[in-house]
Amino acid sequence: MAPISPGAGLRPSLSRPCSSVFDGCCVCFLHPWPSFEGSTCRSMELGPPGGTLVILRSHGGFEDNKEPLGFEASEDGWFVRCCDSLHVDAQWRFSPPLRALSPCLSVVSKVSAGGPPVMRTENFNVQTVIFDQGALPDLTSRLPETSRSTFWCMVAICLTGLSPEVSTLDEIMNPFSSGTRLRDMIRAIRSCKTAAEERAVVRKECAAIRAAISENDQDYRHRNLAKLMFIHMLGYPTHFGQMECLKLIASSGFPEKRIGYLGLMLLLDERQEVLMLVTNSLKQDLNHSNQYIIGLALCALGNICSAEMARDLAPEVERLLQFRDPNIRKKAALCSIRIIKKVPDLAENFINPAASLLREKHHGVLITGVQLCTDLCKISSEALEYFREKCTEGLVKTLRDMANSPYAPEYDVAGITDPFLHIRLLKLLRILGHGDADASDCMNDILAQVATKIESNKNAGNAILYECVGTIMSIEDNGGLRVLAINILGRFLSNRDNNIRYVALNMLMRAMAVDAQAVQRHRATILECVKDSDASIRKKALDLVYLLVNESNVKPLTKELIEYLEASDQDFKGVLTAKICSLVEKFAPEKIWYIDQMLKVLSEAGNYVKDEVWHALIVVISNASDLHGYSVRALYRAFQTSTEQESLVRVAVWCIGEYGDMLVNNVGMLDIEEPITVTESDAVDAVEVAIKRHTSDLTTKAMALIALLKLSSRFPSCSERIKDIILQNKQSFVLELQQRSIEFNCILQKHQNIRSALVERMPVLDEATFSGRRAGSLPTSVSTSTGTARNLPNGIAKPAAAPVADLLDLSSDDTPAAPSSSGGDFLQDLLGVDLSPASAQPSTSQPPKGGTDVLLDLLSIGTSLPAQSSSSASDILSSIQDNNAPLANLNGLASLSPLAANAAAPASPAPVMDLLDGIGPSPQKNEENGPAYPSLVAYESSSLRMTFNFSKQPGNPQTTLIQATFINLTPNVYNDFLFQAAVPKFLQLHLDPASSNTLPANGSISQSMKLTNSQHGKKSLVMRIRIAYKINDKDVLEEGQVNNFPRGL
Amino acid sequence: MIHFVLLISRQGKVRLTKWYSTYSQKERTKVIRELSGVILTRGPKLCNFVEWRGLKVVYKRYASLYFCMCIDPDGNELEILEIIHHYVEVLDRYFGSVIELTSLIICRKAYYILDEILISGELQEPGKRTIVRAVAAQDSLVETVKEQTGSISTIIAQASK
Repeated sequence: MAPISPGAGLRPSLSRPCSSVFDGCCVCFLHPWPSFEGSTCRSMELGPPGGTLVILRSHGGFEDNKEPLGFEASEDGWFVRCCDSLHVDAQWRFSPPLRALSPCLSVVSKVSAGGPPVMRTENFNVQTVIFDQGALPDLTSRLPETSRSTFWCMVAICLTGLSPEVSTLDEIMNPFSSGTRLRDMIRAIRSCKTAAEERAVVRKECAAIRAAISENDQDYRHRNLAKLMFIHMLGYPTHFGQMECLKLIASSGFPEKRIGYLGLMLLLDERQEVLMLVTNSLKQDLNHSNQYIIGLALCALGNICSAEMARDLAPEVERLLQFRDPNIRKKAALCSIRIIKKVPDLAENFINPAASLLREKHHGVLITGVQLCTDLCKISSEALEYFREKCTEGLVKTLRDMANSPYAPEYDVAGITDPFLHIRLLKLLRILGHGDADASDCMNDILAQVATKIESNKNAGNAILYECVGTIMSIEDNGGLRVLAINILGRFLSNRDNNIRYVALNMLMRAMAVDAQAVQRHRATILECVKDSDASIRKKALDLVYLLVNESNVKPLTKELIEYLEASDQDFKGVLTAKICSLVEKFAPEKIWYIDQMLKVLSEAGNYVKDEVWHALIVVISNASDLHGYSVRALYRAFQTSTEQESLVRVAVWCIGEYGDMLVNNVGMLDIEEPITVTESDAVDAVEVAIKRHTSDLTTKAMALIALLKLSSRFPSCSERIKDIILQNKQSFVLELQQRSIEFNCILQKHQNIRSALVERMPVLDEATFSGRRAGSLPTSVSTSTGTARNLPNGIAKPAAAPVADLLDLSSDDTPAAPSSSGGDFLQDLLGVDLSPASAQPSTSQPPKGGTDVLLDLLSIGTSLPAQSSSSASDILSSIQDNNAPLANLNGLASLSPLAANAAAPASPAPVMDLLDGIGPSPQKNEENGPAYPSLVAYESSSLRMTFNFSKQPGNPQTTLIQATFINLTPNVYNDFLFQAAVPKFLQLHLDPASSNTLPANGSISQSMKLTNSQHGKKSLVMRIRIAYKINDKDVLEEGQVNNFPRGL
Repeated sequence: MIHFVLLISRQGKVRLTKWYSTYSQKERTKVIRELSGVILTRGPKLCNFVEWRGLKVVYKRYASLYFCMCIDPDGNELEILEIIHHYVEVLDRYFGSVIELTSLIICRKAYYILDEILISGELQEPGKRTIVRAVAAQDSLVETVKEQTGSISTIIAQASK
């Protein structure tokens, strides 16, 4: 059959699946209509080939958004109707060539005669309808006998009317269209106004694609994949399409493979297991006769291969490095880079082929070869030695040839021949020259030539110069070249282009390691860059300044930076303050300077500093005993001017609380200070301001309360006023403040005798411990202090300094888990600022582990109960919570003790209350700790013995703490040891993790559990157990029941 | 090494993504969101580099499209700018003009071209003509195959199977 002359500008447009009998059919509209000249009814001789085409088309330039036609089936036939009634009456005409087809149309209308007269043939041109092949016979049978030949005629004519130029011919020919075309889908997605709308469209498309996949639709596979790639790009899950990629790759045609590989690279990454399935296809394609298919496979392998694939396919890639076509060689070279990165062991196989690539003339191959060598050098020292030995001179020569080469239009960028190759050669030379004087020597001349000859007025030139400077900095020392390089950087630094300045700063940072002195010369310019309007440059410059600072220049540089702090914008302040603080901390020549600078930073950007910074400041102040007075006065002054900087307020309040007397009396006046007159009430004023300031957060307010408590003893004259301020917080809605207020008020009112001892100045905070804590290590030395303190009598006679902290921190004890969870930031503990939310943990949670927590250790001072007393304070408080006693009604902490006693708990002595009461007897009798229960062998077999030790939680008779000990009776190690227990409903069981899951030979491990007996006193405990473990990787399971619990648990 | 290439429109819509380092789908979405936030808000005269998660992102705006490439901190930023420009020039040659490119959906072709420029995050070919030629050769290969399968006789043969 002669092909029909192609229709001009033929462009397929929207399609729409039709309903009922035409389900599964696709209606395609061709627009404009291809030319029909020359086709006659003789084409009918094609006969009914089981063919697939009828063309119907609405006339006129219909737009995408109008839907010209729809197809419907009625009971007695099928008809075409116009979906858009608006257009039925529009001025539509037949286009002349189609008049020949009007008989067919009349057939169509005849067929539809039974239905409503929805179609007037005058209004329509013929359209293409593509039928499901299966539906065709059915369709023909519906046509009157006489019309059938006409129908097929139409089919035939339409077939011949199709131009092979229709780019989506395959789409048209395929009856199983899965929805819209890619372009339409993208348009639909783009026109979505809201994210929800977009999601809906995507969901619909994905559903259609899934359906097509499950139907194993061959012909639309690549359109579906293209859609999936778009959907993937929008960030929706597309994993269901991964197998489609593999199928496309496995098919034989180039178009399918091309899109399949594209999808593979886009939808999959190396971690997906599906990827392994593609290894075989890749292997075949790498050996394919078509070089473009090899190229596709190499590209995919280079972009996503995993270590396993790299191992499997390395021989193929290695072979392709010698392929005849340079395009394959270069792809193979880059692919090799990925392979050796994934499997460094394979590097040695690639050394020789890589070296031979360096002799290539083709720029693409050369550039990739140089790249491969660079990466080989990074991975294998053997390769580095080899290339240094064999290739340095060759590379230098290549670079020289390039630098001197005449104009080459293909590779020319801004007057320089192939800057990319320049840069890559320089990069490789850098690695070869690093640490090797001979190689460095060899490349000196050419580096000097590049550094001097390349023009720096274009980006390409600057890129080469930048690389060249990097190389000069890395290779072995050559004074002259270094000067040249630093000069280039100096020139860069004064460039008006931000990019160039940025890279200059970047390179100067690297140059710091080589020649710090030379970089220092540019200090002023660099400092200017810190103030640049460009955030990237600012940050880079700040990093560089940070490196530039040393003992000798810290003062002027810090001054500059702090001055700039004022002008810098909000985003930058955080970074800047962090850097300044770190510099000041690192290089401070004397403490007074440190304190001064920190004060400036805090007053300027106190809201941006991290907690550690002001903690550190307090530690330093606390340690500088001669500067206490100076610090508190300076802070007082700073506080007067800037009350909005949170951390400044905190430090000021702390210092006023501690050293308030020095503030008032000008103690320890330094020569440089201006005298200042502060009355006692002024000092209290300051703290009051802090507490009343509405922006103050909980921590600040809590610290202010402590400060007030301390001041009450330092300034007896203000004591009444202080009491008032403290009392105002009694109504605070914040539990923490309310509690503090009540406690402190109680101290002020009832415990005058111990107050002065309580509020003594804090002991000097240990700097070493603090910095150790910051580094994350927990000092274990605390236990010794507990040990010595234990011998001391109870109550007031304690060393005064320690309980201050205890007391002040008491408030946070209502959440016993908090101190232990805070990981022992002891400074916070000491400061009493460890304010975890009251709801953090139910008080029944396990008691904090003693020993790691300073606070609780300190609390245990003076009690003679080593183990359990550490949690006593919290237990009592928790029992209050259990009883739901509103704290406000308790009228102070002192009234807690009767309540605790009422709680029928064998209360262990509470040192806190002793302290507060002063008169509190210490009911320190052994029985109070609950009756002792004998331990029990709960389970014993030939291989294992389990014993239970019981103890009761004070105040909670229902609960039994059981310490289970498992003893291995054999000389084998039990691995994966797991103890499980089941109890009847009236019991509640809480199992803590075992001390280990490996039970050593003849060793033991322990596990604690908590049993709550809701029928306490009526029923006794019972437990079913199961113990699983492995001996030499063999599972062992032991089961049993424990009935012999002591009565009364 | 280039870790990934992103093309983002001025409105923050992603036009093309190519990942040379391994990122999960979740990470990819996050990366795109973060970066478009950072890059689209930067003023026109600022430098083209953004430090991000210990890496560097080099970006350049062409018409309403931002071309972004992410590199190691010790990479040559200026060179990456050249590579971006290289890519744009090839696209330009292939499609006619970048303006059209931005209004057009970035189709598969843009990926095919990118695959001829970069493999495993490294530059593959400095010659623009070579690249255009390679892509065009593959395009025509596709056309030939399609023509064969799309010819009427094949259709009829298939249909009458």
